[in-house]
Amino acid sequence: MSRIRDLQKNLFGGTTSNARQFGMIFTLLAIIVYFQIATNGLTLTSGNLIALTQQYAYISILSIGMLMVIVAGHIDLSVGSVAAFVGIVVAKAMQEYDVPWPAGIVLGLAVGALIGAWQGFWVAYIGVPAFIVTLAGMLLFRGGNQYIGNADTVPVPQGFRTIGAGYLPEFGPETGYNNLTLLLGLLLCAAVAWREWQSRRVRSQMEGAEPAPVWISVLRLAIMLGVIVFATLRFAGGRVGTSFPVSGIILAILVIAYSFYTRNTAGGRHIYAVGGNARAAELSGVQLRRVNFLVMTNMGVLAALAGMIFVARSTASGPQDGLSWELDAIAAVFIGGAAVSGGLGTVSGSIVGGLVMAVLNNGLQLIGTGADMVQIIKGLFLLGAVALDVYNKKQGRFSIIGSLTRRFRREDPPAPAAPPAPSPTGSLARK
Amino acid sequence: MGNALLEMRSITKEFPGVRALSDVSLVVESGQIHAICGENGAGKSTLMKVLSGVHPHGTYSGEIVYQGQECRFGDIRASEHAGIVIIHQELALVPGMSITENIFLGNEPRRWGRIDWKAANHRAIELMNLVGLREDPDTLVKDIGVGKQQLVEIAKAFAKDVKLLILDEPTAALNENDSRHLLDLLRGFKERGITSIMISHKLNEVEAVADAITILRDGRTIETITVAGGDVDEDRIVRGMVGRDLQSRFPEHEPNIGEVFFEVRDWTVRHPISAERLVCKNSRFTVRRGEIVGFAGLMGAGRTELAMSVFGRSYGVHLGGKIFKDGREVDIRTVADAIRNGLAYVSEDRKAIGLNLLDDIKTSVVAAKLSKITRRGVLDEAAQYHEAESYRRSLRIKTPTVDEPVTRLSGGNQQKVVLAKWMFTDPDLLILDEPTRGIDVGAKYEIYGIIQRLADEGRGVVLISSELPELIGLCDRIYTVAEGTITGEVARRDADPELLMKRMTSTRSNA
Repeated sequence: MSRIRDLQKNLFGGTTSNARQFGMIFTLLAIIVYFQIATNGLTLTSGNLIALTQQYAYISILSIGMLMVIVAGHIDLSVGSVAAFVGIVVAKAMQEYDVPWPAGIVLGLAVGALIGAWQGFWVAYIGVPAFIVTLAGMLLFRGGNQYIGNADTVPVPQGFRTIGAGYLPEFGPETGYNNLTLLLGLLLCAAVAWREWQSRRVRSQMEGAEPAPVWISVLRLAIMLGVIVFATLRFAGGRVGTSFPVSGIILAILVIAYSFYTRNTAGGRHIYAVGGNARAAELSGVQLRRVNFLVMTNMGVLAALAGMIFVARSTASGPQDGLSWELDAIAAVFIGGAAVSGGLGTVSGSIVGGLVMAVLNNGLQLIGTGADMVQIIKGLFLLGAVALDVYNKKQGRFSIIGSLTRRFRREDPPAPAAPPAPSPTGSLARK
Repeated sequence: MGNALLEMRSITKEFPGVRALSDVSLVVESGQIHAICGENGAGKSTLMKVLSGVHPHGTYSGEIVYQGQECRFGDIRASEHAGIVIIHQELALVPGMSITENIFLGNEPRRWGRIDWKAANHRAIELMNLVGLREDPDTLVKDIGVGKQQLVEIAKAFAKDVKLLILDEPTAALNENDSRHLLDLLRGFKERGITSIMISHKLNEVEAVADAITILRDGRTIETITVAGGDVDEDRIVRGMVGRDLQSRFPEHEPNIGEVFFEVRDWTVRHPISAERLVCKNSRFTVRRGEIVGFAGLMGAGRTELAMSVFGRSYGVHLGGKIFKDGREVDIRTVADAIRNGLAYVSEDRKAIGLNLLDDIKTSVVAAKLSKITRRGVLDEAAQYHEAESYRRSLRIKTPTVDEPVTRLSGGNQQKVVLAKWMFTDPDLLILDEPTRGIDVGAKYEIYGIIQRLADEGRGVVLISSELPELIGLCDRIYTVAEGTITGEVARRDADPELLMKRMTSTRSNA
């Protein structure tokens, strides 16, 4: 039994990972395997993986920002509209004022920051609930998009399209694969191995803390390297001219940067503190308003980026861009283990949550399910995932696996914790 | 008189790990005002919860005889049906509804299935007259003062045909005028044959209106005094409330007190919402290095408000007053300023505002000073672990590892984590607000030891406690606080429970 619990505790992300994320990775695997069989191997082809990445990169970028918003205890309903608004502003600027496309991107990010700051101002300094502020923003910026674009589509120049539809270029000797993608995969393998070693080193410095058993490190490393090598070969071995998409690279950089920020900096920890217990955070010297303001502003910037990537991929900005993206992003965050009440959740979890939804969507489409059924299935899936979490919390546990192994726990030797503390189950129930 | 309306016989109520009531008996004569006195935690509220069915029949042992019959209330509705109505300290009114709507909430007069607002308003005016409330019945409850809100609660009780009215600390939040009106009202009810039970800390009020007084201490009945005999005075009540031995509950300690380094002058703060209520009035206190200074006062006296407003103005609206540290005035406007200036505040309610219950031990310990474990902008996980681990050892926090979530810990160990969190900020002055509330005796002893160690390191400690023995056993000097003002200062050698209780319950300054 203890081996399974070790595995659960240590396989993904060490001690800070929560068990739902762990469960979700298995769900993701199961879904992939199912569709791989159901589509006769279509799911994991190079072409499909590349398309999947391009199609869902912008939702995942949104879900990074949304994760932080939700962890801080808020919600943002306006991201789709903000994305569309920024898209049309940038497209117009490039078309009518001949703004060069790199400057267009900078302009877009600046507009996103401004919009985020506007919403952050109302949320943090006036105290209007984010639900209301962003509901207003949803209408405001959707209308703004149609006003500026005359409810019409505006094409964007070739250079700009790179961020949404571009690939890593061909480079170096003829290997039958895209060399840069191979290189990227190699780098990633090295980085993962280094990080594993590093985290073991840090852990072993902590006297008294038991580092995860070696076999777990080896197993985790083997799994991750296997996945990376497989993905690298798939992405590098596609149709000539295609490779790992530029939007995927942008996403990967953001995931790494934001994971680091949320886990390893004081600013990131303040977000969790505010969402976990705002009053306690305030009494510990956290500046509530500033945290809330920054979280909303950041969401604006990421929504702008997502909007531009989408426009670049579809080669034009239109009035229907970004419809219901907010719901996809929110769903990804909750499936990825964030708590509705704030204070819990991880960037990587949200990415996994987004992937689950993406693969589900993609797989259902590949086997020819109608759009009606796709929505029904996605809806039930979301409800089921969060209901399971809520149920687990009511039992005083945070884990799916925990509930499966509970029956066996009593056989474990009692923990050295001495006093018969009131059980967490009891105290939660009494609340 | 002479016929008992209510008789509670040998009530025993246990919570996991604590016996809140043991063998408590209470006899309330019909048509009396019966007061229940006792320290915080003596079991008064629990007893009333047993009576009103909040703790339903079967969760306690003993029996309740009411109007000559044994009663087994399964919930509040059952006891209300029998005419027992309890008015809690925190009023149960809906602020956004009118007076009429509140009076009849859950009890609306109906006609053909519709609420008959005409009848309701009519009856509301009658009830308001009865309790002496002169307001438009359509006024929203949030727009009237807390004294009048109390009257609405009482009117609400009368709408339910009350026979036994229970008031839990009815005057705690009221000013003098409103209190007097309320007490007059109780006397009026008595003449109409309505029996009241009143829980109160204000002994002068108890003495003034009560016909009989039951004193509880540590979950036991100490005695019931009949006032009619005339042999009641505050001293006797106080003796009953606090009389217990103080030996060996505190570690031996030889204080080493330095010069005054922290001073608060003319501190005046108003309530965050109601502009006319001052929660601190011209308060002044000093703390010396190495000194443990106690703040004694009853619930609602304004000790927590004073402490929190000094700690970065985290409560109320600051109206005036200065803080001096090491002889210089310091400007502390935010919690961050306070922490920077070496203040620490360990809050009264550790679960609600002291800890993030989603955190594990190590992240809780470092939460108030992340800069100490940040290297070039990055949190140093190993340093965090080491810091937490060293506190685990020095404070003897009972846990297998510091990776455990704080919710897994017992109350005493959670409190140690909160103490560690503030010791980690390396403060010069620690304000500890009820640091031993809800903690078992063994853990208390350890926490006393920690407090003394902090003082011996040359820090100043302010200890807010509702347990007088604790203050007397630990503090080098004790301020008494009542109604937002410091009413006295008692040196260790003069401190005795009766003297403190007297100053805590009087608003006249004895300083």
